[in-house]
Formats: sequence, C-alpha cells, structure tokens
Amino acid sequence: MSTTTVEAPTEVAAPEPFWTRQRRFGVALVLLGALAAVVFGSLAPSKDARFTLTQEAEGAALSINGQFGAVLFGVLTLLAGGLLVAGLLKRWSNALLVIGIVTFVLSFLCWQVAGQFMSLEDTLSGTMDLALPLVLGALAGVLGERSGVVNVAIEGQFLMGAFAGALIGTMAGSVWAGLISAAVGGVIIAAILAVLSIRYLVDQTVVGIVLNLFALGITGFLYERLMQPDAAKYNAPPQMPTWKIPGLADIPVLGPVFFDATLLLWIALVLVLVIHFALNRTRWGLRTRAVGEHPTAADTVGIRVRGLRYLNVLLGGVVAGLGGAYFTLVATGSFTKNMTAGAGFIALAALIFGRYTPFGAFGAALFFGFAQKLAFYLSAINSPVPNQFLSMLPYLATIIAVAGLVGRVRAPAADGLPYIKS
Amino acid sequence: MLDPPPPGPAETREIPLKLELRGITKRFGDLVANDHIDITVEPGEVHALLGENGAGKSTLMNQLYGLLQPDEGEIVVNDEPKVFRSPRDAIAAGIGMVHQHFMLVPVFTVAENIALGAEETRGGPLGWLDRRRARKDVIETSKKFGLPVDPDALIEDLPVGAQQRVEIVKALTRDVDLLILDEPTAVLTPQETDELLAVMRSLTEMGKSIVFITHKLREVKAIADRITVVRRGRIVGTASPDTSEDELAALMVGRAVSLEVEKGPADPGRAVLQVAGLVVDDDRGIRAVDGVDLEVRAGEVLGIAGVQGNGQTELVEAIMGLREVRAGTVGLDGEDLAGMSTKKILRSGVGYVPEDRSHDGVVKEFSVAENLILDMYDREPFGNAFRLDISKIAGNAQERVDQFDIRTQSAESAVGTLSGGNQQKVVIAREMSRPLRLFIASQPTRGVDVGSIEFIHKQIVHERDQGTAVLVVSSELDEVVGLADRIAVMYRGRILAVVSPDTPREEIGLLMAGITGGNEEKK
Repeated sequence: MSTTTVEAPTEVAAPEPFWTRQRRFGVALVLLGALAAVVFGSLAPSKDARFTLTQEAEGAALSINGQFGAVLFGVLTLLAGGLLVAGLLKRWSNALLVIGIVTFVLSFLCWQVAGQFMSLEDTLSGTMDLALPLVLGALAGVLGERSGVVNVAIEGQFLMGAFAGALIGTMAGSVWAGLISAAVGGVIIAAILAVLSIRYLVDQTVVGIVLNLFALGITGFLYERLMQPDAAKYNAPPQMPTWKIPGLADIPVLGPVFFDATLLLWIALVLVLVIHFALNRTRWGLRTRAVGEHPTAADTVGIRVRGLRYLNVLLGGVVAGLGGAYFTLVATGSFTKNMTAGAGFIALAALIFGRYTPFGAFGAALFFGFAQKLAFYLSAINSPVPNQFLSMLPYLATIIAVAGLVGRVRAPAADGLPYIKS
Repeated sequence: MLDPPPPGPAETREIPLKLELRGITKRFGDLVANDHIDITVEPGEVHALLGENGAGKSTLMNQLYGLLQPDEGEIVVNDEPKVFRSPRDAIAAGIGMVHQHFMLVPVFTVAENIALGAEETRGGPLGWLDRRRARKDVIETSKKFGLPVDPDALIEDLPVGAQQRVEIVKALTRDVDLLILDEPTAVLTPQETDELLAVMRSLTEMGKSIVFITHKLREVKAIADRITVVRRGRIVGTASPDTSEDELAALMVGRAVSLEVEKGPADPGRAVLQVAGLVVDDDRGIRAVDGVDLEVRAGEVLGIAGVQGNGQTELVEAIMGLREVRAGTVGLDGEDLAGMSTKKILRSGVGYVPEDRSHDGVVKEFSVAENLILDMYDREPFGNAFRLDISKIAGNAQERVDQFDIRTQSAESAVGTLSGGNQQKVVIAREMSRPLRLFIASQPTRGVDVGSIEFIHKQIVHERDQGTAVLVVSSELDEVVGLADRIAVMYRGRILAVVSPDTPREEIGLLMAGITGGNEEKK
C-alpha cells in the first residue's frame, strides 16, 4: 500500500545484565543453604524427626535423622541455588526456586523436630485455617486494585464482616443469614471506600486507613454496648457445619483438611479459580485490567471506567466480608473487639507478595498461613527459636518483594489514581 | 459495563460518511475553547485542522468523539443530528480517533488492545473471550488496509511508529468511515511520516474521510484537500493546499511571522563542552546513551536531531548532573563535570532549559518573580543564607519581564497562569541572566506559540553571538536545521553522524531512522 517503503530498523536486543533475577535468587539460596547445612546441621540433635500423617504421635510417619536431614536438605538448597547462579536448567528456574525454598524449610524442620514429632495433618489444617481469611482478603484486594482502586481497608472489611455475621447470625439463628450479613458488612465498608475514592477523589490510602479505624471503633462500641451485656441474644452465632465427603475424606493428610471442611473453604478455593480465569479470559477481566492500567484508553473505547471500578470494589467487599465471617462463624463462636488483629494487613501483604494475581495471592496466603502455624508449633514444642521471628515473616517477605530485591512487583499502572475526565 | 459491542466489521455502511459541525461552542469557565465552529467534512477527503497548540483543535475533536459534550451547536452525520454521550456513540456513528498520546494499554498485546471495548465472546457477555477471533480480525484489517501489525506483540515492546499503526487498525476494525488523527506526526521520523501520509492517501481512496489535526505546515500542504485554520477557539479562515506556508502561518498566528531563523554565520572558538565516551542508563537501568563523543565550541550552536527517546533526554541530564554517568567524561573547558552537583554545574556558567517545562523548569505555584531567581535565591543581590531581598527580586523581575517580553498580569502572578510560551520565556530569562559559557536548551519551543518561538530562537542566536557555546536538543527537525551550525543526529544512544544544516532533509531523516551511508562528515 505505502509507496515509500523504508527498511524497518532492526531491533537490537539489549544485552541481558549478568545479575538476572534468577541469579540473585540463586545467590540467596546458596547462602541460605550454607546456613542450613552448617548451622542447622550442627545444632540439630542426632535423633529421629518424625512427621506423622495423622494427628497422633504414633502411627504412620515419615521419619529421618534430624542432623542428617538438616544437612541433606541444606545441601539440596545450596545445589538448587548453585544451578540458578550457574544459569543451568534455565527452563526449570522457577521449579528450582521452589525446590530451594522448600528444602530450606525442610532443613529447618529437621533441626526443630529432631527427637519430637510434627503432625502433617495438623500442620496442613492449621495452615489452611490461618490462610483462609487471608486468601479471601487478598482476593478482595485483587478485585479492587486490578481495576485501579487501592484497598487498604481489608482489615476494616474483615471486622465489619465478622461483626455483622455474629450479630445477624445470632439474631436470626441461622449461620447462612450470618454469612450473607458478613458479606453485606464488607460491602458497607467497600461502598464508603468506593464513593470517597472514585466519586470524591480522596486519597485512597488515607480513606482506607480511616475506614479501618472507623470499623474498629464502631464494632468495638457496639460490642461493648450491645453484645457484651447480652451475649446469648446478640453474640452466640451458630457455627458453620463441616461437610464430609465420603471416600475422599479418607485420603491421608489431604482428606481431613479439604474434604471434611466448611463451605467457606470451598468458596475460597473456587473463588481463586473463578477470579483467575475471569480476570484473564473474560470481557469483564480484560476491561478491569485495562481500567487499572490505562483508564483513559479504556474510556476512549467506550468503557465506563468509574462504573467498572464501583462494581469491582463492591465485589471485593463481598469477598472480604466472607473472609470476616471466618472469624466469628468458623474459627471462634463469638465476636470480640479487634478480633481480626491485623489479619487484613497480612492479606494486603499477601496481595502484593502475590503480585496482584489470584494464584499469587493464594500462594502467598498459604505461605503466610504456614509461617504462622509454624510459629504456634515452635512455641508448643518450646523451641529455642523465638516464634516472633516467624510472625514477622509475612511482613519481611513483603518488604523484600516490594523493595524489588527479588524481582520487582509491578502494581497496575493506574492503581490508586482516581480517574478524572479531562 | 457489559453493554453489547458496537456493530462488528461484517456490517458495512452503504453511504460514505458526511460530517457537519454546526456552531459548536465549548466553554471551560471563562475560557471559550471553541466559539461557534462550523466545519463540513466531505466523504473521502483529508480535512486538515491547522492551529497552534492551545487553539482548541483537540477540544473540538474530543467533542466530536464523545469525550466532551458541546455547550452549544450540533453534530450532524449524513444529515442526521447526533448526540455523542461517550466514544461508544461516536464509534457507532462511524467516527474513530487516534489520539496524540496513544490510547493503548502497554502490558496488553496488540490484539487485546484492538479488541478492548468491542470484545467478541463465546457464550454471552460473561463467557470466554474469543481470542482467535480477535487475532483474525486484526490480521484481516491489517491486510485490507496495508498496515502491518503483529497481533501477539506487547505494546510496550513496539516502537512508536508501530504503536500508531495499531491505533489506526484499532479504529478501522470498528468499521469507522471518518478517522480523526490528532497530531499524528509528532513522534514520527520523517520517513515514518511519509509512510503515514501514504496510508492516509490510500484510506481516502477507499472512501474514508480523515480529519488531520496538526500545526506542521509542510504536512498540511502535502496531504490535505481542504484546510481549516483555527486560532483561539475560532475559525479564522479556510484555505486550499496551494496556499503558501507563509500565508498559512500568518493565518495561524494572526500576523506575518518569519519561519526562518535569522542568523549570521557562526564564529566558533575554543571547545567549551567536551563529552567523551559518555555512557548513561535510563530509569529502567537500560543503556540510553551508549558511548557519545561530542564537542560544542564557543559561539556555535550544536543541534541534536533525533526521534524522541533515542537518548537525548538522558544525554542532557547526564551533562547537567541530573543522571549518573556510567562511563566517560563531561568536560567544561577542561574541568570534569561528571559527579558534580547540578547546583555547582549551573554556577560554573551553564544555563539549562529542561525539556519538561512544567515539571522541571518552573514551580507553577510560585510567582514569576520567584521563578526568575530560583537559581540565585541564596546569592547576592537577591539574598543570603538567611533572608531574601524582596525589593531586589521584584526589581529584577520587572527588568526581565520587559527584556524578555513575558506577557503576564504582574510579576506576582503564579507562573502556572501564564501560557506555555510565556512560561518558557520565564525559564529562558532566568537561565540567560547568569554569565554563561554553555547554554543547553532541550525542546526549547515545545508547546510554545509561533510568536514566542520566533522570540526564543532570536534569544538563542543572540546568546551564541555573544560567544556562548549552545547545545539545542529538539525533536522538531525544522527547529534543529534552523538554529544549528552543526547537527548531530542521535539514534539509539549513539551519535550516528555530525552534518551541516545544509544537508538534504531526506539524508538527515534517514539518519534519524538509523540508516547510515553516503557522505556525512563523520566525527
């Protein structure tokens, strides 16, 4: 068509810097592996570390000499790191990374568990329990932030959901009424967030923090004035039943955790899949991502930017509210003041650590849940390692991820920026 | 947000599109951006909308595309009055737009960007995206109109020329009959511009009409069938393409202007700025300046030509101490500037006009007087470490305002209230008020009205004639050719050649596209 054809300038590929993300991970793993093999190995008593399949101390178990295990897994970590640094097996670099981290954790466990036992079923179920609200909270964050609205009010949505679930669940005498009310509680906070940040262009982080304080204040007030004086009438919600799937529930370790569980766990797992595929494969998802990355571009092809952001923030409110329901309808039988105790912030950390993706957020939530469970376990066996270190892990991991030490997390380009039509 | 997509490409309209704008008026507060504009665009014509920056061209087109709603007047498509509440309505009526700043999501593929807003899905609006269909639509449109694009490439990996093709394909897949191109050549090399003009020509042959917004006279003359000139929100005349450039320019600014920069021959002296083997990275850590050697002599203007984003910004920032020098030296009369603070560099006799005026050149909330002493606030006579001498500052401001013809209500007005041209004059007045050895101006007339351009060019030449070494970076080839005594062409972080301003434009254009060869005087 064009008569003046000009040779397109050939693209010169920028030379890849030597210190790629893989290499930096590799160095970290080599150091961790050396630490594990030498320090954990020398500290570990030469006794069997038993990882039992069931809750019991006896019975079927994976067993290994603690000292040997600590050294072995430490060396494996070192090897995985070495392969990454050497740039070998490039296609498998993500797998190597996972192997490196897992073997490091195993080395640590061999040291700690030597001479004792750790129940795999209990560890997994504890991890899932702790991760469940984090997964839902982080998914709520994914919904809002991918469309460009920063949501630091997950904590407030949790509290509101937990409170509403307990109050209405008790009054209606139905756990399902409680569950729906919890979602509504989350939506109330989400609606305030949406209106203030989308309509009135208030700084989204500031609004989020204010909403957290608001939720803490109002639920605390109503708890003291309404619930505490008459707990039986207002604060004794029925608990969510666990449903056992015959057959599947008998699978060792996994069965009792996943197939003898509450509906909320299944909801969370299904939501991870649904949001992942919807975000990447549907019209809604494409538009959500466009609005989060370049709202003006979306506007010029006729997408209603603000409308879509409202929808997503409110959907996020539903999901976070369900996360709040976990606290009163699954974990404990009643609401107490500030019972979420910062879980919303860990969910936010999981969202960022998981790179704003549903699968990433799920993985990060599991990792954080595991770290917390391990902290409980360590204090239970009177480990010399202060469990506060493990409680710090989610925050430490997030700081490392956000600071870009191990490959920068890229937030949606228009995240946190209100859309103003020019 | 899940509304049905506009009619797909399968559906073609029988009648080519005829557009009339009748009495379109748009006000922003007191400012009348468009004042009763009447324009008719016939089917198959290229209608150029010519005017300076800020004349109201883009505002007008944003109303036509449904991004803004007119306060008065009507838009008539094929004799039928239309109201466009959003771009969706405009697209449905057959009107598409390629914006000056591309409306593409950088992390999406070409196909995703093109499908966005008109996505095909399987199984209803909540079903899966039909990605195969999206790719096929892109490939078909691309073939039909001779606009090669790769449906699977990520936008952020594409050069601007290719991104622009994506924008055009995006509009064409929506089956539009009238295409608005807003300043499409601002980011293109001369060759890419020629290609674009050829594409425009072939589109009109297929019956599409084009509204071509620009302030570049040469292109208007090359392609337009009709020219409407806009000034301060009003139509000040229509012209045919054989009107001379001088006449068009006079229409644009309302008086006769000289397009040529008047200057005598240069009298170059000692080498003031000596850059050797300079290597600089951009914000992403990618090499932006890759071994540049450069020399600017006293009493000459060295112009750097090149398409935006080939390392010019980073080069200048490195010289000014605003960006880390990875390797090489920057010498000012033999003294190495690398590693020195910007304040020290400025005070050793370097004047600097940054390319992004509103970010780096002025503090918009500060007054004209304050902006004029931003570099000298802690020096006599304006002040010392503890206090400012307000009366001296005011006196200085009045002097500069008169000398540089800065059009402002008073020296106490906030700089943000001035027009782009006058803001730039404030920057230039400030930077030229120190005794200078080297003067660096990056995009000195970007977003500046023609009248001010003339004035600024005169000041730059005047500075040169006083024996200052001058380095001018501009993506406007006309400006570089007009001002410079020698032209260095920059491409992908390297100086490909240093040529004389008499070199044929085509040759400089090829160099800007990275194609060397022939007889340039290699430095």
